[in-house]
Amino acid sequence: MGKVGIIGVGQSSFVRGYPGSIRELAFEGFKEAMEDAKTQIKDIDASIIASAPEYDKQRSPAGVIAEYLGLIPQPTFYIESVCSSSSSALKVAYSMIKADLHDIVAIIGFQKMSEISSSEAQERMGRGADIQWESPFGTMMPAYYAMYAQAHMAQYGTTGEDLAKIRVKAATYGQINDKAVYRKSVTLEMFTDPESNMSATVAKPLRVGDCCANADGSSCIIVANEEKAKAMCDKPVWILGLGAASEAVNMAGRDLFTGLNVGIEAGKQAYKMAGITPKDIDVAEVHDCFTIAEMMAYENLGFANPGEGKDLIASKETYKEGSIPVNIDGGLLSKGHPIGATGGSQIRTIVLQLRGEAGEMQVKDPEIGLTHNIGGVGLYGNVTILGR
Amino acid sequence: MAKKEVDDRFKKFGTVSFTAITKTNDFISYLEKGKVMGTRCKECGAIYFPPRSDCSKCFNSNMEWFEVTGTGKLLSFSELKYGPVGFEDDLPYTIALLDYGDYKVFGRISKDMPYEDLDVGMELKTEFNTLPNGQLSYVFKRP
Ligand SMILES: [Zn+2]
Repeated sequence: MGKVGIIGVGQSSFVRGYPGSIRELAFEGFKEAMEDAKTQIKDIDASIIASAPEYDKQRSPAGVIAEYLGLIPQPTFYIESVCSSSSSALKVAYSMIKADLHDIVAIIGFQKMSEISSSEAQERMGRGADIQWESPFGTMMPAYYAMYAQAHMAQYGTTGEDLAKIRVKAATYGQINDKAVYRKSVTLEMFTDPESNMSATVAKPLRVGDCCANADGSSCIIVANEEKAKAMCDKPVWILGLGAASEAVNMAGRDLFTGLNVGIEAGKQAYKMAGITPKDIDVAEVHDCFTIAEMMAYENLGFANPGEGKDLIASKETYKEGSIPVNIDGGLLSKGHPIGATGGSQIRTIVLQLRGEAGEMQVKDPEIGLTHNIGGVGLYGNVTILGR
Repeated sequence: MAKKEVDDRFKKFGTVSFTAITKTNDFISYLEKGKVMGTRCKECGAIYFPPRSDCSKCFNSNMEWFEVTGTGKLLSFSELKYGPVGFEDDLPYTIALLDYGDYKVFGRISKDMPYEDLDVGMELKTEFNTLPNGQLSYVFKRP
């Protein structure tokens, strides 16, 4: 069986309050990927649309978007795993190509979080967990991650300052990514300055500075079978490993609170499929919806031993010049987190890195890259390994 | 024709209930009697909290109720400064998870326990309470 290659990547700018419809937003990422792939619309055999439907007014957006992008009458599919939807879609696209059903598939992830009013968004936030047994207690996404942070601090002595260092790194690179929603610098001092918004508590022990930026955005990844990828693309990036996992929605059904089982499990699968170990990864994009999420990702992916994520960030090993550069595009914390578009944007960053086209964000000569994309509070996890 | 009676007891659970109809509705009737209950599979003995009406270990739906008694170890907690719609009057409040060994219970810490007094690993008990809006729930307290 042949390989599956990525021949084109694109994303819109991640912004607050996108001044257009969901189709127009999806068009931006798709157009950039089509121009990148130098391919024609007739060459795309099928499309997969990825988003979290609770933010959409449009029901069944796949067909609507496929038509706007000119992708009819080809089949289109809708894939959802909340924040990891577009990574799940990549796994489905890979399967479709490996099964010889299609030669070239476009994955379009999008989210217009401003599609609904802030009060509607607030209402939906209350239903992000198990609505029968946990939402009636008034749960929120940041509070769940705060529980992981609390447990991590209790077990390993991790501090608020350790977490703040992750945000400082994200902001360092958000400033040089012209697609990022948050382009300003963040300092450690802001986290202890009561005058700074960064220090304001959201859910103890997490502060505003520990939380990612909401944004509207779209992304697109175009994948092809080996023959087409080699024929159409000078620098195809190959999919070497794919891992995906799921977990109990309620906290009461889980057994680990200092890490995410889905990250560990998806990572294992992806490393095994690629036949490599964590040491082989030259550049990574991890799901930093909260600072603690990046800390746990270091440990769950084997970049650091459990409890030693704080040493990895303290020694700046995850900076651009370090031994394992992570989120050198600003991550979700600064680039922004438009749910359905996020995984595709992570893949795009790694593809640009492997091609040596990441500009100011470029790390030195990477050969193998990894993306780690989590859906919900560790409800779903996807790890993807890519190589030149 | 008489209107079919709908068993929507579950709408009484928590500050805001998001679902009214479930086969585990007896949970609410036990709460009304001051008891917090989970379910146990009568076929294979699997224990479930939150309670389930079906066993995913042996595919039976032959369940019995058991009471959550004694204390559980505090696994983690977080105090919220912002809440979803409908929870504004409760703020700030602390959500938490207790480990009872065979099962875990997710809920809230009692308002009379200051956040500063909480530590991962401490023993707490689960107790039925009635909320200011008349809804039924349970809280974690010192034993
Ligand atoms: Zn059973």
